[in-house]
Amino acid sequence: MVIEKTAVAGTLESSDVQVTVEPAADLALAIESSVLNQYGRQIKATVEETLGRLGVTTGHVSVVDKGALDCTIKARVEAAVFRSCDASASDIPWGGAVRS
Amino acid sequence: MTKITRPRPSKDRLRRTMMFMNAQRPGLIKDAYIYGCDSIILDLEDAVAVNQKDAARFSLYHALTEVDYGDTEVIVRINGLDTEYWREDVRVCVAGGADGIRIAKCESADMVRQVEAAVEAAEREFGVEVGRTLLMAALESPLGIMNAYEICTASDRMLGCAISGGDFRQSMHVQIEPDGVEMQAARGQMLLAARAAGVQCLDTMYPNLDDEEGFRREVDLVARMGFDGKSVINPKQIAYIHERFAPTPKQIAHAEKIARSCRAQSEAGIGVYVVDGKMVDPPFYKEAERIIELAKKCGVYHGDL
Repeated sequence: MVIEKTAVAGTLESSDVQVTVEPAADLALAIESSVLNQYGRQIKATVEETLGRLGVTTGHVSVVDKGALDCTIKARVEAAVFRSCDASASDIPWGGAVRS
Repeated sequence: MTKITRPRPSKDRLRRTMMFMNAQRPGLIKDAYIYGCDSIILDLEDAVAVNQKDAARFSLYHALTEVDYGDTEVIVRINGLDTEYWREDVRVCVAGGADGIRIAKCESADMVRQVEAAVEAAEREFGVEVGRTLLMAALESPLGIMNAYEICTASDRMLGCAISGGDFRQSMHVQIEPDGVEMQAARGQMLLAARAAGVQCLDTMYPNLDDEEGFRREVDLVARMGFDGKSVINPKQIAYIHERFAPTPKQIAHAEKIARSCRAQSEAGIGVYVVDGKMVDPPFYKEAERIIELAKKCGVYHGDL
């Protein structure tokens, strides 16, 4: 998928994560987290793996983590990317590009 | 990550408590099973704002496939059939392996059949065993109550029906009353329909969290009426409902006595007889068996029948 416009998913509530994606020529990832020291590497790996599954190779991705579980991080990255393509409302490839 | 494999859903399992959780709030859904309710209802409908319906499905999919809810049943409340959301809701429920779908604002057998068709299509699309996903109907209007029997018998997947008090009271121009008189006719009619259809019958949630006395009064009322369980909106409501819906030691002892004497009497060729000064005949045996079965399911039976 190609990030076509700026899109956001998630909140700044505890246990959630807010993901913002923006169109760009290169791929860049910025992570802010209250648990960056313990989980920074894990969060980065989950975000990169999710972007990889969705075939996202360019774009600026900013992640503000409030202690989210892996399953929440994946869900928010996916929602932001699908929203950026106006494709979040229906015909989601559950179990395909979107999977556990 | 390995997808969680859930046990095959069962229509007649214990559903004393069904707890609502917002599918969009990750902080809530990850811990849902620890409270010990029989079922959780992950909500895509009223709890989720209109501009978050899409995001909630992604959260739901990963919760269904990655959180281990153990023996707790996982039902999803989908958006109404008059919205643009419900078809995608059905797809994500089936793809994620939800045990069942709660049809909001159900008013006719045709609505059940529409959801059933979408569920079956999704089961084929995602390679899920056809027939696995159960359905239940939330009756929220006078028309839903009037059509309860047709709704409950519209599909083999139907596990039961539940009355939804908020919308129902609003449509009847009444408020919650201490003695439950405002919903008496609807509860009664829904119970008759559910029992005639052979499915479960579940009561609405009690909204006033700080009114413990009112809550207990309503639980007592619906337990005495014959409901199978009740929706809850807060974990603190679970314990009393489980206590009230489980058979008491006295009921269990009496049921055991009847079950044992029934075996002895029928071997001797006797139909009607007297236990503790009360007449006993076939309906009593069946009720005794039901009490013992319920006690086993509730984990309060320690006998050997």
